[in-house]
Amino acid sequence: MIRNVCGPKSRMDQRGINVARFRTSLLGCSILLGLGSAVVLGGPAAANDELTKLQGDANQWVMPAGNYANQRYSALDKITADNVGKMHPVWSFSTGVLRGHEGGPLVIGNVMYLSTPFPNNVFALDLNDNGKILWKYEPHQDPAVIAVMCCDTVNRGVSYADGKIFLSQADATLVALDAKTGKEVWSVKNGDPAKGETMTSAPVVVKDKVLVGISGGEFGVQGRMTAYNIKDGKLAWKAYSVGPDDQILFDPQKTMSLGHPVGANSSLSTWQGEQWKNGGGSVWGWTAYDPALNLVYYGSGNPGTWNPAQRPGDNKWSMTVFARDADTGVAKWVYQMTPHDEWDYDGVNEMILADINVKGKPVKALVHFDRNGFAYTLDRTNGDLLVAEKYDPAVNWASHVDPETGRPDVQKQYSTQAGGEDHNVKGICPAALGSKDQQPASFSPKTGVFYVPTNHVCMDYEPFKVSYTAGQPFVGATLSMFPPQGQQNLGNFIAWDASQGKILWSDPETFSVWSGALATAGNVVFYGTLDGYLKAVDMKTGKELYKYKTPSGIIGNINTYMHDGHQYIAVLSGVGGWAGIGMAAGLAGDTEGLGAVGAYKQLSNYTQLGGVLSVFSVD
Amino acid sequence: MIRIAPVIPAMVLAGSLLTMPDCAQAQNDPVYSVQNGIVDQHTFNGYRRYGESCHRCHGPDGSGSSYAPSLVDSLKNLNYEQFAQVVINGRQNVTTSSNNVMPSFGLTPDVALYLDDIYGYLKARSDGKLERGRPKRADD
Ligand code: HEC
Repeated sequence: MIRNVCGPKSRMDQRGINVARFRTSLLGCSILLGLGSAVVLGGPAAANDELTKLQGDANQWVMPAGNYANQRYSALDKITADNVGKMHPVWSFSTGVLRGHEGGPLVIGNVMYLSTPFPNNVFALDLNDNGKILWKYEPHQDPAVIAVMCCDTVNRGVSYADGKIFLSQADATLVALDAKTGKEVWSVKNGDPAKGETMTSAPVVVKDKVLVGISGGEFGVQGRMTAYNIKDGKLAWKAYSVGPDDQILFDPQKTMSLGHPVGANSSLSTWQGEQWKNGGGSVWGWTAYDPALNLVYYGSGNPGTWNPAQRPGDNKWSMTVFARDADTGVAKWVYQMTPHDEWDYDGVNEMILADINVKGKPVKALVHFDRNGFAYTLDRTNGDLLVAEKYDPAVNWASHVDPETGRPDVQKQYSTQAGGEDHNVKGICPAALGSKDQQPASFSPKTGVFYVPTNHVCMDYEPFKVSYTAGQPFVGATLSMFPPQGQQNLGNFIAWDASQGKILWSDPETFSVWSGALATAGNVVFYGTLDGYLKAVDMKTGKELYKYKTPSGIIGNINTYMHDGHQYIAVLSGVGGWAGIGMAAGLAGDTEGLGAVGAYKQLSNYTQLGGVLSVFSVD
Repeated sequence: MIRIAPVIPAMVLAGSLLTMPDCAQAQNDPVYSVQNGIVDQHTFNGYRRYGESCHRCHGPDGSGSSYAPSLVDSLKNLNYEQFAQVVINGRQNVTTSSNNVMPSFGLTPDVALYLDDIYGYLKARSDGKLERGRPKRADD
């Protein structure tokens, strides 16, 4: 039982075990690294080739983000701005689970695969037979893990490669299933829920490895990305976000940050004493991969405890974009967006890889819409900062990002560090939810424009002192959230020019937009809303072309695929996640002064729980 | 203290509970004080502890979420005894159709030691004496 480790006595034991375990894994890691490089030349290329080829086939949806570049774009164009008005639901499927449904289905050939929130059931549905269930996988997990999941028991989907389906279970078990039968091929324990380590993000397969992150930023975990061999689940590499160089897999001379080598102990030197051991930097977003550069890209979450006064220093490498070698995990470059976080602005949001012109020059870019309200355009070959601009005009905690140092210019008035413990800092925008959370944006290579689901929420934040106990929340701040002053809408769906750093158009939404977007070659962009609408809008203007109210609020991501000559749009509804927790009862301040408007803002007046997949077509 | 002692598993917290004056005082259901919108120290502490340990499931200000029930509503029916019982021991309602887990906080000092304060804060909310958002302290 999880609770057994919480007593002061056994906590010490637990710590002892942890330390021992880090050492073992380090040894294991370096040995495996050696092995890994020998193996790379052999069979592993096959899976890579298969996926690299498959991701180019618009008829299927073979990885969570559609392609390795995290673009959530489809070249399908049967559904267009002209005919989308005629779209209608054609079939639906109840997942039988009530909790928040993030992520979305994969489509491989004639089979659709999807996973549910805890208990993390996986379904294979036959597209040739109206979604008949080919197999169902039901893991057996101790429900006690639910107690240490931060914000609902979400799961952001499965991945496919080499005839296998990979599932990240809540209890930090990574499972490989036979894609044909649903039978377990192997499973491996990637973390310890007794310490608050859980898994929510979708695994990503790169070459012969499957990469998984660890969640638990609110429980003081030591965040990391881990790679396992897809063949047998053997550990290939493990890269922590915070800690000594050999744990974070940094080369002090070769790992770069804004054009300079990071030097030795780049993480350790930014923490007091051993605080890095509960330093957070959890990894729970979407991972991108550039096959030409052989780099994987992802971000790390908040530093341990939300009370900044308790952890002096920049707290590297929390809140950071990592570019790591896919074979070894060694970091090529890093960029920390929010040094010494004071607001819970996790850096985990997706990195979108796009070849675009930036200020007139063609660039292999990485575009990232951070929780902190700035959209960053970086050169993904070396991590140089090209553009950083606010993508919600409400953002006020920093005036701008210094192009040389990459540091935000923090406004003292909104600094919870300057305010100090037990001081309530008011009117910070964005709220801890960020101007955008994990719900992924999309990019159309046709228009060169990004389409972004956003939040429009501010907060008061009061830090206070906490102590670390394994498996207990390590938060240390109270906050209340509310709409920006004088405004009614809690979200916007925007089009973004990453070259200029400018909003092109913006559609206001009653609630935060908490669904992943989809851009298509049919000049239509799709997204879902918390009150349950699937919406289609014109790519050029943002004009609404179609909407349909699904059975529950949408926090899932929109996908598309072809079957039997028809293009389909698929989305999971099922309200929940952090949005469901924060907004079900409306926000603080909604009821003060706003009266009827406040009540109107209660999400629970619009939608109730329940996981359903809805599939649409125009034919 | 006397009331909750039987349900605290093991002796882990017993020693520290005995030394806590505020726990020892609680003869009747814990009380709160709200005067001109300003709360006493215990109620404020309850708000803070709620934020640390309960908010992520029960939503802001005890008002409920898509995940766990509104405690503002619950405390209209639950007395302190029943409240303490659930919080100390937890409650699982895990079936084919539901996955509700209310953790047990019996061994969590941040909660077990301040149960009265958390109850008082939520009771003030439930009685309609306290608005949404951060309560005001005397020294604000
Ligand atoms: C991990 C999520 C989670 C956390 C954290 C949590 N709860 Fe709960 N709580 C629940 C769920 C779910 C239920 C409903 C259980 C059921 O269906 O029986 C519940 C039920 C309750 C109830 C019973 C309500 C009723 O009407 O019967 C009380 C009282 C309660 N919680 C208090 C608290 C307090 C106080 C805290 C913080 C110290 C807390 N909870 C933290 C999830 C949580």
